[in-house]
Amino acid sequence: MVNPASLLPASRSAIVTKAAVEVAADRDTASTRLIYVYLGSATFWLLVGTLIGAYLGLKFATPDIDHIAWLSYGRLRPVHTNTVFWGWASLAMIALALYVVPKTSRRRLHSLPLAWVSLGLINAAVLVGDLLLMAGVNNGGQEYREYIWPVQGVFALGVILVTYNMIRTIVGRAIEEIYISNWYIMGGFLWTVALMVIAYVPVYQQTGISETVIQGFYMHMGVGMWFTPMVLGLTYYFLPKLLNKPIYSYSLGVLAFWTQMVFYSMIGAHHFIFAPTPWWLQTVAIIFSVGMIVTLAAGTGNFLMTMKGSFHTVARSYSLPFILVGVIAYFLFSLQGTFEAFRSLNRVWHFTNFTVAHSHLTMYGFVVFLIWGGIYGLVPRLTGREPSHFLAGVHFWFAFVGVAIYTIALMIGGTMQGMSWMAGDAFIESVTMMAPFWLWRALGGGLMFLSHLIFAYNLWCMRPARRDLPQELAAQEAMA
Amino acid sequence: MNFHRNHWLLLGTIFFGFIGLAFIIAILPAQWMQRNTEPLPEAKPLSDIEQRGLEVYIAEGCVACHTQQVRPLPMDSPWGRPTAAADYALLGPMDVWRPYSPAVLGSARTGPDLSNIGARQSSETWQYLHLYNPRAVVKESIMPAYPWLFEPATGAEGDAPVVTIPEAYAPEGGKVVPTEQGQALVAYLLALRQIPIEGASGTTQTASTETSRDSDASAGGDEEKADAKGASLYANTCASCHQANGEGLPGTFPPLVGNAVVLADDPGEHIDTILNGAQGRTIDGTEYASPMPGFADQLDDDQVAAIVNHERTSWGNDAPTVTAEDVAGRREAGAE
Ligand code: HEM
Ligand code: HEM
Repeated sequence: MVNPASLLPASRSAIVTKAAVEVAADRDTASTRLIYVYLGSATFWLLVGTLIGAYLGLKFATPDIDHIAWLSYGRLRPVHTNTVFWGWASLAMIALALYVVPKTSRRRLHSLPLAWVSLGLINAAVLVGDLLLMAGVNNGGQEYREYIWPVQGVFALGVILVTYNMIRTIVGRAIEEIYISNWYIMGGFLWTVALMVIAYVPVYQQTGISETVIQGFYMHMGVGMWFTPMVLGLTYYFLPKLLNKPIYSYSLGVLAFWTQMVFYSMIGAHHFIFAPTPWWLQTVAIIFSVGMIVTLAAGTGNFLMTMKGSFHTVARSYSLPFILVGVIAYFLFSLQGTFEAFRSLNRVWHFTNFTVAHSHLTMYGFVVFLIWGGIYGLVPRLTGREPSHFLAGVHFWFAFVGVAIYTIALMIGGTMQGMSWMAGDAFIESVTMMAPFWLWRALGGGLMFLSHLIFAYNLWCMRPARRDLPQELAAQEAMA
Repeated sequence: MNFHRNHWLLLGTIFFGFIGLAFIIAILPAQWMQRNTEPLPEAKPLSDIEQRGLEVYIAEGCVACHTQQVRPLPMDSPWGRPTAAADYALLGPMDVWRPYSPAVLGSARTGPDLSNIGARQSSETWQYLHLYNPRAVVKESIMPAYPWLFEPATGAEGDAPVVTIPEAYAPEGGKVVPTEQGQALVAYLLALRQIPIEGASGTTQTASTETSRDSDASAGGDEEKADAKGASLYANTCASCHQANGEGLPGTFPPLVGNAVVLADDPGEHIDTILNGAQGRTIDGTEYASPMPGFADQLDDDQVAAIVNHERTSWGNDAPTVTAEDVAGRREAGAE
């Protein structure tokens, strides 16, 4: 690679360094409160959602632990997934974006009140949606769009208002160029708005398995065009800023962005390999799943090259280790997804617990770790308060070891499930054989949940001071 | 063309570019599927009660663990023939809150595939017992129990079936009656029967993997292998009622251990029972009311022979074994 600076017009590298690095701690109390309450809501949903996840994991070992309709596995599973998707990860990403977009546009957010409205709408949607799911009211059993349309409509409205808020902020920016973070973040918002509409318009998915074609698309765009670009965009801001140096290559970021948009859009059908959906659709999905390697390598390579030479800083920080894990997980486990898409491997792994391992390696190891990195990187700067470094470390290790146990157990178990089916063993053998792996999963899940409790406590320690007077903050700063 | 400075160009390309791709890869293909999928000529729409059962199936989230999607792979053949788009053609919008066809295909096979469950396990009594508490019939099962689909029997339930629950799982009184929802759900499950398609591989054959895998085993050679095949077929097809240990469920499903038909020197009735099912038999002084389905359509001669031999030589049973030809003979005799 050529010297990154030589790839860029002078004006751009200036922005990168300035926007990313030379920002003094913020003193905007109204916006700090907004961001903090977003993060607080998100963390509440993290605790609810993963307590339920841990309980679901337990149910594999003790199916008779309760006989309550509202808590039965089939009803609770979508509560877990939707809560961590729309309550936790979405709100946390939006919170960070509410900082990054104005910051890199060198102005305040277009409208704080509007952002509060969005928060209310999203919280209300998750609350009502979860209660309805537990009452047995869902959208027809379609993963990640189990909320019925009036509920998802409220969620979408919340997202649409944030999107509008962000667009106005970017349009009124005080610098000429749009920083790469905002490409990804705005991609995430605009694609998700479009996706919500496409997923809920009934016209083309009313009979037979037309719905399945949309479902495959929706499932993958949900993870690939919402969570992925959002956290990548945030990382394009936080990583250089925390390391105090510019991103390795702006152009690689741009390349990854366009391939993300074109390749990722095409691969949804790989969720239904060997299903009676059109064969060509599945083949296209497999081919572009391979194409995704370009995007992955460009993205991860860019981040790792930025980190190169600064690993001592990473080791000293409590936010950067989260980002390092997230970046590596992004590459490795998306690549794992490419392998899962091959017909030869899909027949072993599809329908097994291997898929569940992949879901957590990506959504947790990649997305959630990057979110945590961002939170630990940002909030102390906003509020002037730090969590205990020791507890931040405990959070990191519990989450890391927990998800490792969880997913390694399910990758081994899932592969054995697939082999057992291929060998023609009686089905029930694949159930009894999984028992130890499900125990390991419950153990890993317990550790993960513990780490979330610690994280919630850490977030509490980072809360804004009640009377956020500038002098007081300055005093704290001086002490720190 | 400067994406770095022109925000409307950038945002517009992002947004409309994605929508354009979505049309190509999702919306138009979905529309095409919707227009061009016809149900099989013999397919019947779900009756009212079966449709309500489908709604219970969706509300309870059965799709979290059960697929209704048999892939065109040998490993999927225990579940029936490969499913085709036509199999789902009659699914339609559920109601104004979910104006889409329900997603029954599923994405996890934590429990067995249910595409053909109405044929594989057609005993209503078994279905009720299993829903009340799966462990009452399949000890190792991890499926949730659904007691809220039942009420205690009061003796005044009219036509509703009364189900006797094995002691270890029974509520007070020991007998329950399915609610309307429970009845609807079982009606739906029993309606899940694949319609044969000419030429589709593995047409509703249980475990035809074994046929291809072990075809040489029962044809003479390796006895151990043949018994492994019988054991596996027994586990998939029979054990849910007669239990893995052959003891059955007291009063509901008869034991095969020490069973007169299984031990008889003449295997005729044993083979016939598997081929054609049974109902209302009195075995060892107990009358068994719930019917046993026949498996003539699902198992070939080899497979029936393997099961018969497994039953005749396991759990202390020791009776003369049979060959595929014996089964073929009974089949022909029955057809006349
Ligand atoms: C190159 C990128 C990726 C490829 C090619 C890919 C591929 C796949 C495939 C083939 C499956 C289906 C597995 C099966 O059902 O047998 C799958 C499932 C899944 N993937 Fe990925 N993946 C990628 C990246 C990601 C990322 C970045 C995330 C999260 C942010 C993610 C989250 C998931 C989830 C949640 C599922 C489970 C869906 C379900 O419930 O069935 N994947 N992926
Ligand atoms: C304490 C932490 C967690 C535990 C114990 C946990 C546990 C579980 C369990 C038991 C399932 C059902 C698996 C099955 O059906 O076999 C599940 C599914 C899922 N969880 Fe989690 N989870 C946790 C955290 C998270 C987080 C933070 C996310 C995402 C941000 C997440 C995303 C998912 C997804 C996408 C699925 C669906 C998987 C699939 O369909 O393949 N989980 N989780």
